[in-house]
Amino acid sequence: MVTYLDHAATTPMRPECTEAMLPFLGPRWGNPSGGHALARDARRAVDEARDVVAACLGAEPGEVVFTGGGTEADNLAVIGAVARHGRVAVCSAVEHHAVLHPVEALGGRVVGVHGDGRVDLAALDAALDAQVGVVSLMLANNEVGTVQPLAEAAALVAERSPAAVVHTDAVQAVSWLDVATLTAPAHLVAVSAHKFGGPQGVGALVVRDGVAVEPLLRGGGQERERRSGTHNVAGIVGMAAALAATVEQRGETVERVGALRDRLADGLLAAIPGCTESGTRSTKVAGTCSLLIEGIESEALLVLLDRKGICATAASSCASGAAQPSHVLAAMGVPRALAYGSLRLSLGWTTTGAEVDHALAVIPGAVAQLRERSAVPVLR
Amino acid sequence: MSGGVDSSVAAALELDAGHEVTGCTMRLWGGASDTGCCSVADVDDARRVAQQLGIDHFVFNFGDDFDAAVVRPYVAAHAVGRTPNPCVECNRSVKFDRLLHRAQALGFDALATGHHARVAHLDGRWRLRRGIDQAKDQSYVLHMLGQRQLARVRFPVGELDKAEVRRRAAALGLRTAAKPDSQDVCFITSTAGRASFLGDRTPLTEGRVVDLDGVEVGRVPAVQLVTVGQRRGLGLAGGAEARYALAVDVASARVTVGQLDDLRTTEVGLAAMAWVDRPVAGPVLVQASAHGLARPATFDVEAALVRFAEPVIRVAPGQSVVLYRGDEVLGGGMATAAPRGGGPQ
Repeated sequence: MVTYLDHAATTPMRPECTEAMLPFLGPRWGNPSGGHALARDARRAVDEARDVVAACLGAEPGEVVFTGGGTEADNLAVIGAVARHGRVAVCSAVEHHAVLHPVEALGGRVVGVHGDGRVDLAALDAALDAQVGVVSLMLANNEVGTVQPLAEAAALVAERSPAAVVHTDAVQAVSWLDVATLTAPAHLVAVSAHKFGGPQGVGALVVRDGVAVEPLLRGGGQERERRSGTHNVAGIVGMAAALAATVEQRGETVERVGALRDRLADGLLAAIPGCTESGTRSTKVAGTCSLLIEGIESEALLVLLDRKGICATAASSCASGAAQPSHVLAAMGVPRALAYGSLRLSLGWTTTGAEVDHALAVIPGAVAQLRERSAVPVLR
Repeated sequence: MSGGVDSSVAAALELDAGHEVTGCTMRLWGGASDTGCCSVADVDDARRVAQQLGIDHFVFNFGDDFDAAVVRPYVAAHAVGRTPNPCVECNRSVKFDRLLHRAQALGFDALATGHHARVAHLDGRWRLRRGIDQAKDQSYVLHMLGQRQLARVRFPVGELDKAEVRRRAAALGLRTAAKPDSQDVCFITSTAGRASFLGDRTPLTEGRVVDLDGVEVGRVPAVQLVTVGQRRGLGLAGGAEARYALAVDVASARVTVGQLDDLRTTEVGLAAMAWVDRPVAGPVLVQASAHGLARPATFDVEAALVRFAEPVIRVAPGQSVVLYRGDEVLGGGMATAAPRGGGPQ
């Protein structure tokens, strides 16, 4: 039995998505930028998908720019806004690297957070001035699950940096929050299909009417000159189907999975001495259980869990596969030594009670094994 | 699994021997290094080999440990004019301590690496011997392994010569079969080099180069980068005879030079001795660099002093000095600074 508790890394494709995609991996293979019958067929599919995505995100169809994923959408927002307006970028210290690294590369300002992971609005206030061109604040954090006070932050930006646009990385929020309402204060909104049951490699950036970003990719002028490149038709169609299903079932999913998350988190907190929860449960999305376990290294724990059929991660996924000390936990003031014991269990739309039972049965024992064997100085 | 051919074949040999094998690669260095055993490209190679062999593969980030146990001491040693051997410290503190502990904690019985050396169990004691391929032998950098470590490590390619290792890798279709051997210190790029690495981390000071009478004969831009025995780059005008660095004194920013004969000595003092088994005194063979010759000597345990049978080139302070009997490693330590002016006492 494999227990999958890494939905924040990627979540299984929804059947509605797979079904919607299949024709575009087969007979409906046209390029939507053409004029003939096959092209028009593909174009219609992309247009319909755009309508669905726009409706689900509380946007107009013309505001939706399809991208090659969440990272591209975040990069387009930050780099595109700075390139257009030539001003300073600002973001929180707990942003995904897809925002943080572009902001840092552009010499932008990074704003600290409180111990619960929520942005320090006083620090944000201090970072804002007339030089600021774009402010990026994620809706929900990928490692801890913290939901940010986007509306308050956006109001602050409107007051202190009226020329600036507000970007929100909503990649981790779509499955759990009413994104259409919560992102309304933002001018730019990034989403990624595979975080909500769509395919990997496709995403979207909402660019509100009247807001301009310089394109990262220039070429054939697709997506109203904002993102050139032949459309990933199957991916876009799949994303729309997954998003529609996600939004339709979201209330039920949040209730069901939230209860499973609470049972998992409470059970582990009770069973593992020296274990605490990162962030504050009431300000986190329903799918995330983020723990700090004293006296162990999660890098070792994950190997034991993997061998017992439990897929989890330390903090977030990274390209090399090696655990990196989490910048999110560091920003929240977690000491580096304790951050090495971080464990992120992220639940999703397919998570079952049996998976939670499995995790509750295995994880405390694995932690105990590591503590016992690490405590014995066998080699010295 | 470093991503090189030796550890790739080591994994394959352990599989052949019927063991349950899991591959792991240590991520040690986040810097700009493009060589050595820890670049992203090497992790990719290690993972692909593990996939080809059908074994699980994990990447462990020991970057903080590597920084604390290897990089910082390396910089600190240069800062006082020593010539450290970071590969030895990595083996001592990271590979055969940190990683071995990790393996134990995870329930593994042994740690196999691609080192060219041999472990034997004779008369109830663990022995460490040179690898079959004398040209590739790495026992020098493993001399700190004691009984407890040797009971849990395996060096399967130490039983093969390098050509045979490559032949086996090719026969298995491993992508690392023809990969060149790594030579450099893994955290120093071939392009930027030692001077810029150290210059970013410790002050480098100009030094006076003096002869044995204390007369200044030249200058060096960074006294911390001079190694005892060094001949080039000492800022000396072409004299009649080649001159060599005899001693490096960072505190007074002075490098003492002399002729080859002045560089010869019959002794070297050792510190921080580590023994494979019990301490050994008396006649030994002594090797003072990774690929140097092992020379006859006697070892005085109480004085921690090696006395060579014939004069040798002075050993740079900080270098590892390893004692052998035949092809068996007895132990080793770190060369201490010779008295200024050097030579037999």
